[in-house]
Amino acid sequence: MRKTLLESIARGPLTEPPPAPDEAALAELAGNIEKAAQARLGRSLAIRVVDAGSCNGCELEINALANAFYDLERFGLRLVASPRHADVLMVTGPVTGNMREALLRAYNAIPDPKWVVAVGACAADGGLFKGSYACVGGVSDVVPVDLHIPGCPPSPTTLLKGLLALLQHVGNAGRGQQGPSS
Amino acid sequence: MSLLDKIPHRGASKAHRPWPRANVGEEGWLKAIDLLAAGDVTMLGFWGEPAAVHLALLSEDSGEIAVFSLDCGAGQFPSVSRRHPPALRLERTIRDLFGLEAVGATDTRPWLDHGAWSRPAPFRRQAAARETGPYRFLASEGDGLHQVAVGPIHAGIIEPGHFRFSANGEYVVRLEQRFGYAHKGVESLMSGASLDDAARLASRTSGDSTVAYALAFARAAEAALQIDVPVRAHYLRALMAELERLANHLGDIGAICNDASFALMHAQTGILRELCLRAADVSFGHRLMMDAIVPGGVARDIARAGPPRLRGLLAEIRKVFPRLVELYDNTASLQDRTVTSGIVRAEYARQFGAGGYVGRACGRAFDARRSPGYEPYQDLSFDVPVLEAGDVNARVWIRIREVEQSLSLIDQILDRLPEGEIRTPVQVRGHVSEGMALIEAFRGDVLAWLRLDGENRIERCHLRDASWFQWPLLEAAIKDNIVADFPLCNKSFNCSYSGADL
Repeated sequence: MRKTLLESIARGPLTEPPPAPDEAALAELAGNIEKAAQARLGRSLAIRVVDAGSCNGCELEINALANAFYDLERFGLRLVASPRHADVLMVTGPVTGNMREALLRAYNAIPDPKWVVAVGACAADGGLFKGSYACVGGVSDVVPVDLHIPGCPPSPTTLLKGLLALLQHVGNAGRGQQGPSS
Repeated sequence: MSLLDKIPHRGASKAHRPWPRANVGEEGWLKAIDLLAAGDVTMLGFWGEPAAVHLALLSEDSGEIAVFSLDCGAGQFPSVSRRHPPALRLERTIRDLFGLEAVGATDTRPWLDHGAWSRPAPFRRQAAARETGPYRFLASEGDGLHQVAVGPIHAGIIEPGHFRFSANGEYVVRLEQRFGYAHKGVESLMSGASLDDAARLASRTSGDSTVAYALAFARAAEAALQIDVPVRAHYLRALMAELERLANHLGDIGAICNDASFALMHAQTGILRELCLRAADVSFGHRLMMDAIVPGGVARDIARAGPPRLRGLLAEIRKVFPRLVELYDNTASLQDRTVTSGIVRAEYARQFGAGGYVGRACGRAFDARRSPGYEPYQDLSFDVPVLEAGDVNARVWIRIREVEQSLSLIDQILDRLPEGEIRTPVQVRGHVSEGMALIEAFRGDVLAWLRLDGENRIERCHLRDASWFQWPLLEAAIKDNIVADFPLCNKSFNCSYSGADL
């Protein structure tokens, strides 16, 4: 183990420079985030992910955000276990009828101010599963959505661009004096 | 004696390929149940149609496969689960989707239907009544028992499902799973869809196995339509399938160790997994290789930069992975968690026909690449590792050995990749045809069955994930383990929620 650890230190980090925040995402967010909320949150966001019936492809790529190449936490973005610790609800899947209630409860358990990010083609409007007897449709049919990240599934870089846009938008409003949000 | 000789039937469907499908009456159906209950045959699949049920059986000794179909004009069929428990969830699903009653079934609770669909029994032509009321979990009685309800939303970033533990102190007395949260109606959306649209749906049955599902669907369609796929396409398909296996096994090995709080392994295998996905992206234009396999062949050829990139990937994994294996083998605190945890009994694996690392970790050597086998694996050399212990540790070791096999297979495929066409055009045949395929995904065998109309539209398609026959074994394996070891045991199974919920 010592050898592996020492080599990891010697070879330098694998972590890559962050991508530029996505312009389209910034534009979508501009209309969705209130100044009051911006004043309360800094460059630190806690994210709770809910799979509302995805094929698990989106989960694979969200999990990849934690690997050494993307290292999500360096941006102050953390994936948390409880919605009560979260600022952001990230939702994947076409929202199956069977998950609708659980999604709503998770949303309601997140303290204000909060944002919802719909991840992937299914979360946008049901995607391939649109019109199924078993699916509600897009996430926005159940909870208000602030940002859509497209893709099937979105790559970690696409996810990061969207989340950085969210972070920048929240951060730009000049907060940071009030300490961590959670 | 062949399967068809053992089970009285009324004639076989000629348009069903590559294995026969026979129509049976009640006598034949009951005989099939006898054979299942006696352990003479293994259930490969059990699915419904609006007025029929189908049983796909495998004779493990001869490798023979056949499908037996029973007409259910009266809306009912003799229960299989009453004498063969592995059929239980599938039988409850048939009731939820088609409204067909299993006569004599001891458990008639709904499975996928939580009462939240826009219409109950969605495949049934006339409106059906819906059962209402709370879901009844099985009871556990005794002094000091308490229940722990987990899910459908879990602490980590995983799929939705509910686990109901009855525990005595720390020890699990009973685990009962309740699923269906990821049910999207895949099979219903497929009915009437074009081959291309249905292939895209099949590819999203379980995202981590998108290559395997696309391959199973394509092979079933090609069997039905009697299409010969170019040799180069067979090799490219196998290349994708082994890359998918490699990426998933690497991810799993790290994630299992992480659930025993050994984060170093997770970080290291996470790097290797990411390198696999990036090489897949360079080679086939998508990190998970979604929609790259289509009926008739592959959608696109491997990029020129692909083969050298893949050789580089193999070299990197061969450099790093042996050291990680040594680390796993020599870390006592980690072994303390994985050895003897979550033991699957060999007789259950046999009874349920559990495939993949779950079956192979406790003596069931089944691997669809070997038997029934499909191109190009008969030209490639590989071992199917099998262990007996059946614990978390054995499931880790099966994955380790399979990583090594996949590395060798990718090398062989790159060495031999033939030149030529990559796709055979799909022609309309003008008559109804049926096809079936069995493909080895990273977690076990995926079955695809379909019937096409004369215009190549899907009349009915059924996809059966390996998880159907693995999830129930997790309920048994966790018994007498501590609640805190559940994530570890669960991760060592890594069953698909979406794949089984559909």
